Amino acid sequence: MRRELWRWVFLPLLLILVGVAIVVYGVNNPTDSLVARALTYENVLKSLRQHLGLMIVSMFGAIVVGVLVGIMLSRPRLYYVGRGVENIVNVGQTIPSIAVLALFFTILGLGFRVAVFALFLYSILPILRNTFAGIVNVPKSIIESAKGMGMSPFRILTYVELPLAFPIIVAGIRTAIVINVGAATLATFIGGGGFGDLIVTGLSLRRDMIVFTGAGLAALTAILLDYYIARIEERLVKWTD
Amino acid sequence: MIKIEGVSKIFPGSKIPAVDNLNLEVKEGDICVLVGPSGCGKTTTMKMINRIYEPSSGSIYVNGQDALKMNPIKLRLDIGYVIQEIGLFPHMNIEENVATVPNEKKWPKDKTKKKVAEMLTLVGLDPKIYGKRYPSALSGGQRQRVGVARAMVSDPPIMLMDEPFGAVDPITRARLQNEFLRIQERISKTIVFVTHDIDEAIKMGDTIAVIRNGKLIQHATPSDLLSAPADDFVANLVGRNRSIKRLHLIRIHEILDNVDRLKPAIEDLPLDDLKKKLDESDIRSVMVVDRDNKLKGVIGVADLKRKVGKVAADFVQEIDQAVTDDATLNDALSVMLECGEGFVAVVNEDEQYQGTITLGDLLNVVKEEG
Repeated sequence: MRRELWRWVFLPLLLILVGVAIVVYGVNNPTDSLVARALTYENVLKSLRQHLGLMIVSMFGAIVVGVLVGIMLSRPRLYYVGRGVENIVNVGQTIPSIAVLALFFTILGLGFRVAVFALFLYSILPILRNTFAGIVNVPKSIIESAKGMGMSPFRILTYVELPLAFPIIVAGIRTAIVINVGAATLATFIGGGGFGDLIVTGLSLRRDMIVFTGAGLAALTAILLDYYIARIEERLVKWTD
Repeated sequence: MIKIEGVSKIFPGSKIPAVDNLNLEVKEGDICVLVGPSGCGKTTTMKMINRIYEPSSGSIYVNGQDALKMNPIKLRLDIGYVIQEIGLFPHMNIEENVATVPNEKKWPKDKTKKKVAEMLTLVGLDPKIYGKRYPSALSGGQRQRVGVARAMVSDPPIMLMDEPFGAVDPITRARLQNEFLRIQERISKTIVFVTHDIDEAIKMGDTIAVIRNGKLIQHATPSDLLSAPADDFVANLVGRNRSIKRLHLIRIHEILDNVDRLKPAIEDLPLDDLKKKLDESDIRSVMVVDRDNKLKGVIGVADLKRKVGKVAADFVQEIDQAVTDDATLNDALSVMLECGEGFVAVVNEDEQYQGTITLGDLLNVVKEEG
């Protein structure tokens, strides 16, 4: 019980406290007036809000679409399409995130929504790939014995394939989150806001303090989210192979 | 009852049929073993019965109904299915695994729970100990048992078994086979059993269907197959030492009555009586039991010199391996060879001493039968 409390509350709280400490220190000990103007509680909170907004909306969409499309492609009828898509996805993953943002900027213009859309597309890739791979790699013998016992394809999907693919799907989501947090800092270039604002401001003013605050908070967000997803996975998956 | 009529299967992209115009009838309550070299079409034949594979032509009747016209899911719900890899669901515990078919059939929860516990007990796994474990925590033999329990839990009249005891060591396999035959005596399912091991076929089958290149070569009882193989292929398959193979066909309790052997010594028998008994014994050893006829061990002539004592219990040597009376003579022979002794003690399920058989007894049987 105490260990559970430690894992679910205290450890994450510690991470949050580190973040708060960074901000409080930065705001109260500005090295000069430029830093004092950029690093205010108001600015940091606004960046945090925007950054979380970018991530949560784009990740939510990416999980829904990625998992659904991954399941669809894993159906026997679409299996070969799925293999093709898997290859395209792997190539897509090699395009740098800044290029993706730039691409969407030229097509769709500036703003929060464009940034969300670009992040969404970029985060789908690992989720889709892992969902597909997780399902098609469930051992044939397990599927066959399920079929032989009279389970319908839908029952096999929901009771056998998805639970067995779950750890791999979650791994895909975790990869996507880490990529997403990093890419979200670039949203500032197309007016999407987020911790990127702090980093870019800091860079243009040549004030390390501001850069450090923005980058540190972005990293802490990534660690925190990844940590929680890992705990949830631990909770749900009781079996080992 | 299962009836296969003129069934062929040609897989897409192949010109040679995997199964070629095959006719086979399995009577109710019989175990029919399909045997043949790998790739001969025996597994394909079996998997067409529950329509994992659809036949290219021909018809299949299961309990008088045309299986090819039935809803495949409904058909499969009433056919128990065990495959070699067992295919237990690694993300479900043993109880949940065994409850698969009842859940598909939407049985009430308490009925499922009761039946699952009953099945696990039947295959020799205590539901209290193993019920909540996951398959990864079980040994190979235990997994096979769970696979069998899962296939039988909803009491299907028909079972399909594809090398169900294939993935375990020979000793565990013999034990699982004997246990399964004991269960089958009680439940009398109609079973199609696939194996490549002719010894297993002879032991398990009421009838044996020899298949080669997708064609049925011979369908006969094990005894007929041994005495009158249809052609050279079958003769080669059953092998040259056919009289030894007959040992698979005979259970120990069938010959135990004919074996005239000394009564066992009770453990508090005085030394003098014990010496007398040893002198009379044709194997220069005497089995020792307790007051409840439970086997305690054996005393050989040499043991008397090695130790001092007043009663039989002081000299007793433990026995590594006794056989149960429902094992085959072949199982008894394996134990003798393994222990390097010319005799083996026979006990029943409750470890009650039943008798002793010797290598000589086995030779007599082979002589008579051959």
